[in-house]
Amino acid sequence: MSQQNEVLVDPIFNNNPIALQVLGICSALAVTISMSQTLVMCAAVIFVTTLSNLAVSLVRNRIPTNIRIIVQMTIIASLVIVVDQVLQAVAYDISKSLSVFVGLIITNCIVMGRAEAFAMQNGPYLSALDGFGNALGYSLILIGVAIIREPLGAGTLMGYEILPTVSNGGWYYSNGLLLLSPSAFFIIGFFIWAIRSWKKDQVEEPEYEIADNVQYREAM
Amino acid sequence: MEHFLGIFVRAVFIENMALTFFLGMCTFIAISKKISTAIGLGIAVVVVLGITVPVNNLIFNHLLREGALSWAGFPDVDLSFLGYLSYIGVIAAMVQILEMVLDRYVPVLYNALGVFLPLITVNCAILGASLIMIEQDQTFAESAVFGLGAGVGWALAITALAGVREKLKYSDVPEGLRGLGITFISVGLLSLCFMSFGGIDI
Repeated sequence: MSQQNEVLVDPIFNNNPIALQVLGICSALAVTISMSQTLVMCAAVIFVTTLSNLAVSLVRNRIPTNIRIIVQMTIIASLVIVVDQVLQAVAYDISKSLSVFVGLIITNCIVMGRAEAFAMQNGPYLSALDGFGNALGYSLILIGVAIIREPLGAGTLMGYEILPTVSNGGWYYSNGLLLLSPSAFFIIGFFIWAIRSWKKDQVEEPEYEIADNVQYREAM
Repeated sequence: MEHFLGIFVRAVFIENMALTFFLGMCTFIAISKKISTAIGLGIAVVVVLGITVPVNNLIFNHLLREGALSWAGFPDVDLSFLGYLSYIGVIAAMVQILEMVLDRYVPVLYNALGVFLPLITVNCAILGASLIMIEQDQTFAESAVFGLGAGVGWALAITALAGVREKLKYSDVPEGLRGLGITFISVGLLSLCFMSFGGIDI
């Protein structure tokens, strides 16, 4: 039980795929302009990561080592095709606005990275849990970024008005920067800062230690 | 000619793969600590993008698109749902072939690129460029120019970031921001700089 818990909960804060493992950042930044897009994206990633980890783990003893990347790629790409077709059938508008980013789940390093690092060595049940946990950790950061970006940038959340903007007769001057790409980088940077001030063990060692300021008199 | 120059400039500066589309971010952040490795990786990306985007364009237009198989007697077949699987297959195969060709004929470049070549398969910038090319419905010539431009833009961005990070390691950064955090913030600033190219129109 404890191991299951660890595998599931660990990636959410202690070993977050975005904030610590540096995996899957590409799509994290681009889809966070609006909350509804983000939720769909998270659901897609949770689905693909869990099932791909499960599938890779099931066939892990039959894959020859030198072609394992191609096998993993094929499994992942097939799952993404399923997600893409379902999205086009059920939620066409959102699938249009996500455009290339649904397809890019294939090269999302979380999926590939967890298949390679965890599912190749562990049983199906634990692997599926690991995929689920990592996708949850990813979703958490994405939702956090979207909660900041959409209301401050457009004054809405999930399409409902939260802060009435001036152009609609309200009082809030929307900050256009938050809808542009640089803001996502800043927000994730600050997220990492927040997580690392809380979990001190994640702080990276500096490559160069800066010497203390030497007083003018001491130097004499 | 001007049309192609426009596509190129747009792909390099205005719609930069790394800084406006956020593609290839994982490698972008992970392998930008030294300028020399960043340049090596950049060149590899330019080469792979310059080849795979036009090849995927041919595959889409002559095999997958609705009605594309009419030359083989199947005018009603629409295979475009197989897209992702084919593009990633083409990319993986191309990278493998390129690796063997370079090993045989240009060993200097092969040694310089080293481990980066196989890594490029899973770089989102490569697949992303192919998907964008298909979404914009480009012709073959356009896709060749776009592929090259996208590669050059990505290489430029990673070299610039490596330059920033080489200087950055001598600075006194707050504890929690060290490493990854401050890198994100510098990428944000770089991305702001690239936005100033937005007004260019050829």
